[in-house]
Amino acid sequence: MDFKAKTKEIRRLTLSCIASIGVGHVGGCMSIAEVLSVLYSKHMRVDPNNPDKQGRDRLVISKGHAGPALYATLASFGYFDKKELLTLNRLGTSLPSHCNMQLTPGVDMTAGSLGQGISCGVGLALGSKLNKDGARIYVIVGDGENQEGQVWEAAMLSAHKKLDNFTVFVDNNKMQIDGLTKDVVNIESIADKWRAFGFEVMEVDGHNENAIDEAITQAKTVEGKPTCIVLNTVKGYGVSIFEKMGFANHSTAVSAELLEASLKELED
Amino acid sequence: MEVRKAFASTLQNLMEKNEKILMLDADLAKAGGTFNLRQVFPDRAIDCGIAESNMVSVAAGLSAYGYIPFVSTFAPFLARRTFDQIAVSVVYAGQNVKLIGMDPGIAAELNGGTHMSFEDIAAMRALSNMVVFEPVDATQMALALPQIIDYNGPVYIRMFRKETPDVFNRPDYKFDLFKADTIKEGKDISIFVSGLLTADTVAAAEILAKEGIDAEVINIHTIKPIDQKAVLDSAKKTGRVLTVENHNKFGGLFGAVSELLSEKLPTKCAYVAIEDKLGVVGKLAELKEHYGLTTQDIVKKAKSVF
Repeated sequence: MDFKAKTKEIRRLTLSCIASIGVGHVGGCMSIAEVLSVLYSKHMRVDPNNPDKQGRDRLVISKGHAGPALYATLASFGYFDKKELLTLNRLGTSLPSHCNMQLTPGVDMTAGSLGQGISCGVGLALGSKLNKDGARIYVIVGDGENQEGQVWEAAMLSAHKKLDNFTVFVDNNKMQIDGLTKDVVNIESIADKWRAFGFEVMEVDGHNENAIDEAITQAKTVEGKPTCIVLNTVKGYGVSIFEKMGFANHSTAVSAELLEASLKELED
Repeated sequence: MEVRKAFASTLQNLMEKNEKILMLDADLAKAGGTFNLRQVFPDRAIDCGIAESNMVSVAAGLSAYGYIPFVSTFAPFLARRTFDQIAVSVVYAGQNVKLIGMDPGIAAELNGGTHMSFEDIAAMRALSNMVVFEPVDATQMALALPQIIDYNGPVYIRMFRKETPDVFNRPDYKFDLFKADTIKEGKDISIFVSGLLTADTVAAAEILAKEGIDAEVINIHTIKPIDQKAVLDSAKKTGRVLTVENHNKFGGLFGAVSELLSEKLPTKCAYVAIEDKLGVVGKLAELKEHYGLTTQDIVKKAKSVF
């Protein structure tokens, strides 16, 4: 399956979305475009025409500030009109910077206060087990988010409950607001930590869709424990000017000119 | 009867009828009386371990999946430690989670200041759309539970868990989650009381009666949304108000009643409450003395508004 065209579209729509208000969380949106592309192109059992369908697979963006990347993905897959993306963060919008399940069709959980989304995901995975509906629950956490103690409370419980319907992606872009993650508070080795907490752990190139696809496919075969897929990524990936900014791209201005240049770089 | 026993046995009956109800604990199921539910519902009574923040957000996820989860721990570990999880995962996310804060205020007794929540009503009351309920006794707890489950939204249940004097254990008692209970009618002063100090307040009203003061005693079991009509009608009738609560004087029942009266019916209002102090260890009777929450304190404060 060729995911590349979809990934590029997600990046273009994400930047158009952020540029519509002039500023936003570019870096951490761009680093997860591939995993969103692979999940919604192939793995998520969902129906854009019936976004609240019982028993569907669900995704929690625990790093809730990556809302625009999810909105771009949902619009691209037909949950709502792409024009909606241009309302980001305008008063009254259904697309706030951080994900809000009460406002946006297709958003499965509200998140934004880091560490909470993954716990909510554990609740969803427990709910699916109780319902015996076979749904799979995916959560994307930031690497910096791993500094939140609640992440490890959630990890411990999900392993204890043997939630093999539960997959955590760590967006390991190695940066956070104040600097490089290794300089702020080092969280390495991420893979060893998740393994120690009882997860099946895989590490993949987070910008290689086929590698992500294979990891998700493998995660579905794991029995008796949850899976963690560490995505080795580059913050701001896909547009050179943002990549070069380094951790300053966490939240940054996107002017009309910058958008135009970015869209050119992201042409098919 | 112990309030926790009434809670657990009523919940068990309700869980038998409604498979969506779940019970989540954080290593305090034995203290909370819910431990034995695990034998009846091994999948639906869940120990989340000593991780309250995670428990609250997990409950929010379960609610998003269509379940009605109860979470239980000591009041400060909910209202203080998991305030952000309640605010974001539950309230802001629009989830239907029922929160049980045990051993509120001085009820923490020998566990002392670390376990004493003098601010939980204030914190929970400030959250948009949060219902704040404080049962007086086992009867009220048992009657409230079905209504709390029928109500679609977050409810904070401030639960004294042990043996407590029966105030409402009578055959004709009808409970409405959103209506205050008049325990004794009177014409000279309105005493609004919540939770633990209700029996003491009834005793104080009897002393006041002997001294010629006819006090009206109204139990405000639901502090938010407060029964405005009950408060205003009574205050209008008597022209004098006293509030009695096991909580800091800021932001609790005194706050809720004063806010209402200042807006709609300015009335002289006194309080029996914690005087902005920290918690200490002690037994219940000693702590009532220590913080000025005895029957005699209620009598004295009632007289102060005449």
